[in-house]
Amino acid sequence: MYRYDTFDHQITAERVAQFRDQVRRRLSGELAEEEFRILRLQNGLYMQIHAYMLRIAVPYGLVSAAQLRMFAHIARKYDRGYGHFTTRQNLQFNWLKLQDAPDILADLASVEMHANQTSGNCIRNITCDEFAGVAQDEIVDPRPYAEILRQWSTFHPEFAYLPRKFKISMTGATEDRAAIAVHDIGLSVVKNAQGEVGFRVLVGGGLGRTPIIGAEICDFVPWQHAITYLESIVRVYNEYGRRDNMFKARIKILVKALGIEEFKRQVEADWAFTKNGPCTITPEELQRVAAYFSAPAYEQLPKDNVAVAALQCDNKAFANWMRRNVKAHKVPGYAAVVLSLKKTGIAPGDATAEQLDAAAELAERFSFGELRITHMQNLVLADVRQSDLIDLWQAAKSLGMATPNIGLLTDIICCPGGDFCSLANARSIPLAKAIAERFDNIDFQHDIGEIELNMSGCMNACGHHHVGHIGILGVDKDGTEWNQVSIGGAQGNTASLGKVIGRSFTFAQIPEVIARLLQVYVRERFADERFIDTVRRIGLEPFKDFVYATPVEEDAKLAGAEYALLEKGTPYDTPYYSPRF
Amino acid sequence: MIIKNNTIVDDDWSVLRLNESDTPQTIVVPSGKVIVPLKVWLAQRDALQQRAELGVWLASDERAEDLRNDLEKFSVIAVDFPRFADGRGYSIAYHLRSRLGYRGELRAIGDVLRDQMFYMQRVGFDAFAPCVDKDINAALKGLSDFSLSYQASSDQPSPLFRRVARGGVL
Repeated sequence: MYRYDTFDHQITAERVAQFRDQVRRRLSGELAEEEFRILRLQNGLYMQIHAYMLRIAVPYGLVSAAQLRMFAHIARKYDRGYGHFTTRQNLQFNWLKLQDAPDILADLASVEMHANQTSGNCIRNITCDEFAGVAQDEIVDPRPYAEILRQWSTFHPEFAYLPRKFKISMTGATEDRAAIAVHDIGLSVVKNAQGEVGFRVLVGGGLGRTPIIGAEICDFVPWQHAITYLESIVRVYNEYGRRDNMFKARIKILVKALGIEEFKRQVEADWAFTKNGPCTITPEELQRVAAYFSAPAYEQLPKDNVAVAALQCDNKAFANWMRRNVKAHKVPGYAAVVLSLKKTGIAPGDATAEQLDAAAELAERFSFGELRITHMQNLVLADVRQSDLIDLWQAAKSLGMATPNIGLLTDIICCPGGDFCSLANARSIPLAKAIAERFDNIDFQHDIGEIELNMSGCMNACGHHHVGHIGILGVDKDGTEWNQVSIGGAQGNTASLGKVIGRSFTFAQIPEVIARLLQVYVRERFADERFIDTVRRIGLEPFKDFVYATPVEEDAKLAGAEYALLEKGTPYDTPYYSPRF
Repeated sequence: MIIKNNTIVDDDWSVLRLNESDTPQTIVVPSGKVIVPLKVWLAQRDALQQRAELGVWLASDERAEDLRNDLEKFSVIAVDFPRFADGRGYSIAYHLRSRLGYRGELRAIGDVLRDQMFYMQRVGFDAFAPCVDKDINAALKGLSDFSLSYQASSDQPSPLFRRVARGGVL
């Protein structure tokens, strides 16, 4: 993976010093909260219900064992012993004190990490295909380009105060696993007829209040021009994006208002000034960065492993895990393994300090010391010898990270929701827990097959509910929490936005609503058709009709304290209160 | 007092701002060193260009391009930041310096705060009028937050990878 040189170290250290001084000035009162707010956000620091939340950037989701151990250290020393992996491949800590933030950033810098631009109206951490470098369908490894763009976007002086946040995602494979169509800019690395590498560029996709699938602005931008072309897109957005209404400030609204052709014309008029200029990426720089992502020392191994095949026949639990959590690898004899952070009863995407340390050890033992964080909020060991799969399965099982549910009903994407987030209308984590408990039976889940259930506690859509096969959105009605259900959304190559099935439900009705949706699917499915394919084939109506045909009973046990809001109150006494209090 | 070329200096320019009742055509521009709004310049250019010294300022929704043929007429061009979070002024400055080749004084006015000045300097501002309620000596420190930057801008035409020998895989 990429390693910092002296320049990266210096820039990161100067950022830590800058933020340390800003925190000092905030604590002394020299800096007012309204001035400090944007500065802390650009360092990933939010003020949530209970405490400060720090979102740490994991560039393109790639993390080393040493970095994971640093997460574990931070969880123990400064937080409550756990962290939360997000849909943008980052890690969040939820219980921090403002005065500790500079030390945490210094700790992170010591392992070549940071929290730069993980919030605020700037270019955010660039996300990437979690199987980059190992996927069988990969055309070009996107990570060197993602790193080059990370450096370009880091502290870009012109783009720190954009109309709104700006998210870039990237894939180098034929199948899009990076949700590029729902990002402000989505890049897919492609080769043209001459075999040259370039980018197909989508612009103006996004979720949130106004979900839109991105439009193609250019079908082939040669890789050398990635910086200048993206810079022109962001410049036109900075100049012309709306600033009068924050709900209409994302680039998607500008692209929609101008039309993609006019937007493209403006971008390319700007690009004419910089194309072939000094910001053109040189082959030497690409080579320098790409060298960090060269393949590890793979062994020559047989394509299949006899012991694994035998255990798959004998042991159903192992067979289930092989089916769901083990993915094909481009090198014979290797596999990519997904460690599930979706065990029933655990908040989706959460990992304890012990799990983080243990995952670091697994990475060192089985996967060249590296892991990836997926936008589905799981971890990936990308380079596992098939002959190690049985040992790895046993180790992961003992850590609670071998639930064979990847891509199944309980592999829920879930935002922090009303338990933590000051924006949420509804609780996401307890609802995910209730759903996971209701459908915990793994045989049932395997029978239902591939399905994506995504939940967001508010329309900001951190849980990507619009592109869930089933999406749940927390809405506020007169101060109480309700949940809107949609079906038919999807991410990937055939991305689509879900449609709301009808009026909202209470927290305690949702598991039954999902059960009814699944009953319609089981009744209507044809052969091994997936839920999403059935929805696309027969439409919304049969689902809607059945769900609303009879009153949906509330599940009485979901009213209990176990599902109520987490303990309230700040864990410390400072005057920097959360907006909720 | 303003910050100019990394130094705190006296300043005898005044910034003319239109009130609701003023129009660019009729407002009387006081004598002396005045930085006038772009609209006033466009409306009264014949009279204004007779002056020995004149400045002009752009609002964040105005375009550097409108000054393309007039750049040499001004002793100072200013860009207004109505709120520090309004980032359009950064692109205006970039255009003035990098596209239009303006080399004179480029001043940030309005909601100008220490913690944005490093980026302002990079896109081409060389003068800063920090908010009057702030300590200008403290603000000066904001210009040296970083000693190094990855990307090109008005202050630095080349990205880091063309400027230095970067580290590589050992």
